Amino acid sequence: MGLMTITSPHAHGPRKTANLMRVVVIATLPGLFALTWFFGWGNLINVIWCSTVALLAESAILLIRKRPVSFYLGDYSALVTGVLLGLALPPLAPWWVSVVAVGFAIIVAKHLYGGMGYNPFNPAMVGFALVLISFPVAMTTSWAAPTHLLDNPMSFLDTLSTIFGFSTQSIDAFTMATPLDVYKHEISHSVAEDVVKNPVFGQFIAHGWEWVNIAFLAGGLFLMKKGVFTWHTPISMLFALALMSLIFGWDADQTTPPLLHLFAGATMLGAFFIATDPVTSAVSPQGKLIYGAGIGILTYVIRTYGSYPDAIAFSVLLMNFAAPLIDVYTQPRTYGYAKAKRGTKEAE
Amino acid sequence: MATSSYRDITLNGLWKNNPALVQLLGLCPLLAVTGTTVNAMGLGLATTLVLLGSNVSVSLIRNFVPDTVRLPAFVMIIASLVTCAELLMQAYTYELYEILGIFIPLIVTNCAILGRADAFASKNSILPSALDGFMMGLGFTIVLIILGTLRELIGQGVLFSGMDLLFGESAKSWQINVFSDYPDFLFAILPPGAFVGMGLLIALKNIIDDKLKAREEKNSAEVVTGSKRVRTTGTIA
Repeated sequence: MGLMTITSPHAHGPRKTANLMRVVVIATLPGLFALTWFFGWGNLINVIWCSTVALLAESAILLIRKRPVSFYLGDYSALVTGVLLGLALPPLAPWWVSVVAVGFAIIVAKHLYGGMGYNPFNPAMVGFALVLISFPVAMTTSWAAPTHLLDNPMSFLDTLSTIFGFSTQSIDAFTMATPLDVYKHEISHSVAEDVVKNPVFGQFIAHGWEWVNIAFLAGGLFLMKKGVFTWHTPISMLFALALMSLIFGWDADQTTPPLLHLFAGATMLGAFFIATDPVTSAVSPQGKLIYGAGIGILTYVIRTYGSYPDAIAFSVLLMNFAAPLIDVYTQPRTYGYAKAKRGTKEAE
Repeated sequence: MATSSYRDITLNGLWKNNPALVQLLGLCPLLAVTGTTVNAMGLGLATTLVLLGSNVSVSLIRNFVPDTVRLPAFVMIIASLVTCAELLMQAYTYELYEILGIFIPLIVTNCAILGRADAFASKNSILPSALDGFMMGLGFTIVLIILGTLRELIGQGVLFSGMDLLFGESAKSWQINVFSDYPDFLFAILPPGAFVGMGLLIALKNIIDDKLKAREEKNSAEVVTGSKRVRTTGTIA
């Protein structure tokens, strides 16, 4: 019998986890470059430090769980968690903040729930939210000022010794509140025209941050083109955030304007690299639309009415909670059935 | 349960049927006041006293209260004892009483107490009931203290702070600063830290139980000697 019929799907090029994760890491590089260009060496050091800690923590917990270490390290998922945390944490965050965030992300949020593919919450965001709640001082005063605004920007070695606590000099001269933070606090007793004179807003939207966000947007579009994720989650999230800020924040003299919402803070990083995590998001296209829109709406609500300037981590975690329920109600119609099985209803 | 030995009662209260780790009763105060060792100790002692008193009283009246109204009767007894404990704390440890606040009156609603009254004291004579109440209370207190100490250590980097609230002025010097220049780890001090800590303690207990069980099985597996047939599959029972 020399004839062999191969049925569909005629897929080729196995989509292994490792390949996907590697592409994700590569796609963060433009954003990392922009962060380093505008805010100094802090994020680059953080990314390297967080990745190292992530790989060590993953190896340790795999050994304790008696799982094959090299196999699971080879899927790069721990590396992605480390890189995302390195990008999200403030550039001058002390080394122990990163260690606590990464350690909690890998050990508690990922492995105590069963490891890769079983975690209900995005590990990187669990780690981020933990340190955000636990170390409010370190997490709000460690944002580096744009290097172009400083007379003597920190050198690589200065940054390194600041992060690892060898430097005795105060970092106050090198840090600045983030644009979202400044706008939120200034606008309550001022008008938009005066607020944007603050150098942190630069010439366009927010000094440096707009390029960082554009870089992450570019990386995200590259991932979308590669088919790593579909357009539903990020576009729905950005659309919901923009719509919310257009409806409720159209008056720039009252609240943060839409462009600042979209291009300052962690918006693009969150939309394309964090919300799209396949393990913790909703599954069906319709579900992803709801999931993404939920993150966008929550981000606007927490940024505007909450006490934290940025809200990506909290919104993503809250929608992680909701994802299983969304899945139950957005299950697509199974072929051969007249109607989809939604919720607890039986399919007909 | 009616004729369980004193050894079994002790073991049940402290380990096998620990109210906090196994029955998961009384979690509200357990999670709310375990921010420091001294708070945990204060609440644990109050709960133990109430448990001891309620078990003894319930055991005394067990033959005179009809089944249909037993729960209201038990709750009345517990509530009176909690009021006693509250007044005692108000008299002797006023600052601690202020800190623990609503959680002292809330001991009334602690299911561990009503649970023991209904499940044990109403079916047993006075001595076993007293021992059961004391051991359950002790088991609860120990878990409270472990959780309180852990949260204090991780949250603030100190041990045994403010012990003078319970043991008088001389206990002020008991405080140990484990780490110098420690940044407060707010997560451990806030309620979520208690949930995570509690989960880890339960996991630890289950691990120890599994290890003990495995060892017991290993020891009890007797090798049959002198038998003529050799089994190559399965285990020899």
